[in-house]
Amino acid sequence: MAADEEELSINEQAISASEDEEGSDDERKHKKLLEAISSMGSRKRKKQNERSEASVQVSEFFVNAEGTGEKVNLSDLLGTVEKTSGASNKTKKQLRNLQSSKETLELPLNKQQTEKIQRGIAYEKTAAEVSCWRNIILQNQKAEQMVFPLNQESPGPKRVEQVVAGWKVQTPLEQEIFRLLHINSQPVDDPVLTPVEEQSLKAMSLEEAKIRRAELQKARALQSYYEAKAKREKKIKSKKYHKVQRKAKCKDFLKQFDEMVKTNPEGALEELKKMELSRMEERMSLKHQNSGKWAKSKAIMAKYDDSARKAMQEQLQMNKDLTQKIVVPSDDEHESNEEGLETIPDFVNDSEPVIDSVNPWMRGQLTHEEPEVSCVTTEDVQTAEEENEEEELVGEFERKRKLRQADEEDLIPTEEEQPASEVVEEDVVEVSDKEEEDDDDDDEEEEEEDVSEFNTLFRLMRSEKTLEEDEEGLLNEGQIRVRNIEDLEVLGEFVDPQPIAEPSLPRTAAVEATSEPPYKKKREIDLKEVLTKEAKAVKVPFLPTVVDEEERDEQISIIKEAFAGDDVISDFIKDKSKLEAAGRPEVVDLTLPGWGEWGGVGLKPSRWKRKRFRIKTAPPPPRQDQKLPDVIISENRNASVASHQVSQLPFPFQNTAQFESSIRTPIGPTWNTQSVVKNMTKPKVITKMGAIIEPMVKEDFIKNKTTTPGGKGPAIMLGENKRAKEGTKRSSEKHRGRRSQKRRK
Amino acid sequence: MDSLICYLPKKVNIYEFDWLFLTQPPKRYWEETENTDQRRPEEEQGTAVQNQNKSTVKERSLKRKNGENLEKKDPFPGEAPIPHKQLQKFQRGEKYKVPAGARRRLKEAIISSEAMSELAQKQAARYDLLLPEDAGFLEGDEDEDTNTISQDDIADAVDITSGSKYFNLHLSQFGPYRLDYGRTGRHLLVGGKKGHVACIDWQSKDLMCEMNVMETVNDVKWLHTEAMFAVAQKRWLYIYDSKGLELHCVKKFNDVLRMQFLPYHFLLATASATGFLQYLDVSVGKEIAAVCTKMGRLDVMSQNPHNAVIHLGHPNGTVSLWSPNQKEPLVKMLCHRGAVRSLTVDKTGTYMVTSGLDRKLKVYDIRAFKPLHSCFLPAGASCLSLSQGGLLSAATGDIVQVYQNVLGSSPVSKPYMAHRLRGQIWGLAYCPFEDVLGIGHGEGFTSMIVPGAGEPNFDALDTNPFRSSKQRQEWEVKALLEKVQPELIGLDPGQLSKVDQASFEQRHKEQVEALGFDPLAKDKFKPKTKKKGRSSAGAIEKRKRKVAHEDQRDEIRQTVQERTERDKEQKEKSNEKKKLGNKSTLDRFRK
Repeated sequence: MAADEEELSINEQAISASEDEEGSDDERKHKKLLEAISSMGSRKRKKQNERSEASVQVSEFFVNAEGTGEKVNLSDLLGTVEKTSGASNKTKKQLRNLQSSKETLELPLNKQQTEKIQRGIAYEKTAAEVSCWRNIILQNQKAEQMVFPLNQESPGPKRVEQVVAGWKVQTPLEQEIFRLLHINSQPVDDPVLTPVEEQSLKAMSLEEAKIRRAELQKARALQSYYEAKAKREKKIKSKKYHKVQRKAKCKDFLKQFDEMVKTNPEGALEELKKMELSRMEERMSLKHQNSGKWAKSKAIMAKYDDSARKAMQEQLQMNKDLTQKIVVPSDDEHESNEEGLETIPDFVNDSEPVIDSVNPWMRGQLTHEEPEVSCVTTEDVQTAEEENEEEELVGEFERKRKLRQADEEDLIPTEEEQPASEVVEEDVVEVSDKEEEDDDDDDEEEEEEDVSEFNTLFRLMRSEKTLEEDEEGLLNEGQIRVRNIEDLEVLGEFVDPQPIAEPSLPRTAAVEATSEPPYKKKREIDLKEVLTKEAKAVKVPFLPTVVDEEERDEQISIIKEAFAGDDVISDFIKDKSKLEAAGRPEVVDLTLPGWGEWGGVGLKPSRWKRKRFRIKTAPPPPRQDQKLPDVIISENRNASVASHQVSQLPFPFQNTAQFESSIRTPIGPTWNTQSVVKNMTKPKVITKMGAIIEPMVKEDFIKNKTTTPGGKGPAIMLGENKRAKEGTKRSSEKHRGRRSQKRRK
Repeated sequence: MDSLICYLPKKVNIYEFDWLFLTQPPKRYWEETENTDQRRPEEEQGTAVQNQNKSTVKERSLKRKNGENLEKKDPFPGEAPIPHKQLQKFQRGEKYKVPAGARRRLKEAIISSEAMSELAQKQAARYDLLLPEDAGFLEGDEDEDTNTISQDDIADAVDITSGSKYFNLHLSQFGPYRLDYGRTGRHLLVGGKKGHVACIDWQSKDLMCEMNVMETVNDVKWLHTEAMFAVAQKRWLYIYDSKGLELHCVKKFNDVLRMQFLPYHFLLATASATGFLQYLDVSVGKEIAAVCTKMGRLDVMSQNPHNAVIHLGHPNGTVSLWSPNQKEPLVKMLCHRGAVRSLTVDKTGTYMVTSGLDRKLKVYDIRAFKPLHSCFLPAGASCLSLSQGGLLSAATGDIVQVYQNVLGSSPVSKPYMAHRLRGQIWGLAYCPFEDVLGIGHGEGFTSMIVPGAGEPNFDALDTNPFRSSKQRQEWEVKALLEKVQPELIGLDPGQLSKVDQASFEQRHKEQVEALGFDPLAKDKFKPKTKKKGRSSAGAIEKRKRKVAHEDQRDEIRQTVQERTERDKEQKEKSNEKKKLGNKSTLDRFRK
């Protein structure tokens, strides 16, 4: 029965729902109608967005609001859950618990508040992050001197120990290698340097290194000068100039060739071969045959123009000259002898590679063989002979060029006599000598001046060195420069017997000459001439020179009589009192006689009025000479100094005493020692010229705090310096990255 | 570990710096692996303690002690101590302690400045070692007065170079002579009353120049170098070079009687017969100041080397102190009852010695302007001079007396030395850095040996008696660069390092005085001219009245407001009083 009833009730409900639906349909229609009516009006009403919901009771106009005020309870929802069998007991239990617990979830905070909280947290976080900079900033503020860039590494090479610490042999291969090393004369004890290293250090002293450096510097300078000059000359567009030069070169070459035939027949032969080659080429080519375009045009002109004819003839002459066979004057026997004597031909040692084998003009090494001094003299003779001005000029050029070239060649030390190791000294001497000659030249160019500067420096260093060596008596060891291990091996055996007393001797003499003080005329002090003795000798000059003041009343009275007219003391007192009076402030009298009372002749303003209207100002501070009766001290302020004085207390100081004490020590060199002055006036910031000052990176200062762990860690530990380097690298990379990003943007 | 210990002392010298960072010693490949294995546990033990650098250093030092090759211990570790006396000699002012509640920046500033001044003081004290010379004095036998020892005896006794410093120049023709030594003490300038002027390198007796100016010569003075000197002649002041060539005739300076040269200011101060004190800047050739002293003829003059203040002695017994910055004397003190005959100031600027017509010799402390002691000379002193060593020479008639310990508190009883000359003494000057007193008198010039007179140590950068001409030129340039401006002359030479505590009003007043107008003053209101009859006199007046007393208006308004408020308060008070007065005890029960 109960089930039936239930069924009934359900049916009823369904019916009512259907009825409801019908009703709601009506409602909707009604609403639409209403809307249609309203829309028909002149004004178009804005359509209200209304939520419509199906419910039993619906108001006339819009959705019933019943139940909106009530909250949806969990129990309302749970009813269905209880019934559903699918849900697990556990969830049901939880839900039940929830239901029983009366706590409700709080509303989420509104946007402003959440943002505020988030801001606060973010602030704290960033503050913590930024605060790690505070110490370093404070430290930098406190620092007396800052040197930028901050991470400056000490220059120079580092030992392995500095770079790698805590490294040990592990693999069997390494062990094997080190065992071998151990056996082969490697140090067992632990000096910093191995004997080989030490030896190499000894081999090249600082002075030597300096000399070597200067040498190289000079060579480079010379080279650059020469290059610059060559470039300049190359740029000259004047055909005449080049022609003249070419001619001069040709002449020069011939001359040299002649000489070479005498001195170096082997080289001459080579040259000859080259010339032969060029002759062949000339013969093969159509050059200078007057068959070119230019020649044809000239041929047309030749009828009328003398110069054109001349030019053509010249061309032909040139062709003739070039194709002429060269006769060798030297005899073959001599040559063969020479060959027999000299096992190695000279040109083997030529440093300069022949650039153009065909063109003999390009070969600079011809001058190399000659001694430089003689070269100069011959050139001088030659120039004297030249009548053409241009050629003279060119000759001058040439000479200088040769000199410089010779210098360069000298500086690249390749001397045939010395095997394996070079003697720097002699080269140097030669160079300096030659340069001295150069200096004597009348027309010095700027470049040469520079060169001479180099030379003076060079000579100076050299002379120092020689002097030192003289003192030490270690003549030979200083000269030998060892460059590599092979040389080192030679070092032990090599004993150079050459003393260098010769160059050092005149120098020392010169030094003596300079150190000798110039002769100075000294006057003999003749006492008899100057002094004339007095005949009368003062025995006891004055016995009672000093007598007490009080005892001599008589004298005082006499003096008083003497100066009775001018009473000095009273004058002075008057003076002083006058000044004191002037210093006292005056009383301002503002009384107006007759104002508010009777006035007239013989009537004084009343006492009350005088009291009321006489204004007294405060007395000035006591005078400095208040307690000194016989002294007047001026009270005027020295305004002239005031303009130079500090008038406002500078920042950190709170009173004048602090400030004055802080500047009480003068900083000038008049009052202090040199070191103190330097210390006191050192700049607050030092920057390295040309170095980029990067902004500080965190790694720079954080690395100082983290100490290197002792036992644990990677097998190869990098030293501090290396790490610092890495840090900088990283930072620089970072910056670069940033920059590139910016650029991309 | 042993190998490590051997390793340390060798390396420390070379790579000291790097070692500070390396907590672990570097290991070489030839060191066997077993050794390292052994070391490991030790290290691990150590790491717990070793984290701090200090502890490791301690350990090392301990190990070094135990090790085989001990380093020799320095018996005198640290810097050499400086004697307290020397330190005190170079102390400048009091050390300032950091106040209790000082802020960080203040603390840092004070600490750093104190450290710096301490360093300067210490270094200076250390370098004091380089002043080894000491002054000596003449000592007589028992019951022998040193003043009885004649110059001849001294000259005979001392070495030949010193002996040659006693000499006479017989110049009886143009006498009496004034004289001046150059600052280095090598050059002597003498000027006879009757026009004879000569400068001599007195040590080599080398006559630099000699001439007769054919006029009365009142005074002669070297300028900053021995290349120039000033001669006060009958009318004008002349400047000659060392060859005797007349460089300038300064006609602004007339009737000069006495001159003083202030070397650090490059000022030549002259006192004239007309009562004018004038300053000539010799570096620019300009007159810096001319002060009318209104004290009559000025023939007694001296300078205070400490603060470059000029002391003038007057016939009315007063001594006045002058600077070029003030038109009135800085100080005027009454020293003698008669006229002041001569005065001199010692090099520290502490003492002044005066002598007057009342035949008294007085020693003053011119820091406090108080007389220390006075003594009576029967003949009176016409010339006074103080040496660098503190010896006082006084010319009494034809006798020169030298007194020792004059500047102390006790009065002197007898002279240290005495020397009789032929004529009246006219000039008296000690030679700097030499034990020599130059005396100019009627019969010429006498150089007298006074042991202990000169300062034994000279500052070669300031006044070098042995300087070459090149050095002199360099010094001249430097001295010109470091020239002290005349504005800084005052009683207190340290005035510049003090804060000017004058009020704004005072400074403003001074500024107005110096400029001649008020830079802060507003310019007067000037009404615009308007057209259409609006610029009539009445309209302008009206407009003027609108802005009249604008500066005072605020003040007046404020005072009025205050007054009204005060009145109000008083009224209220009186009302309350009245009420209280009317109330009876029973009023409290009233509702």
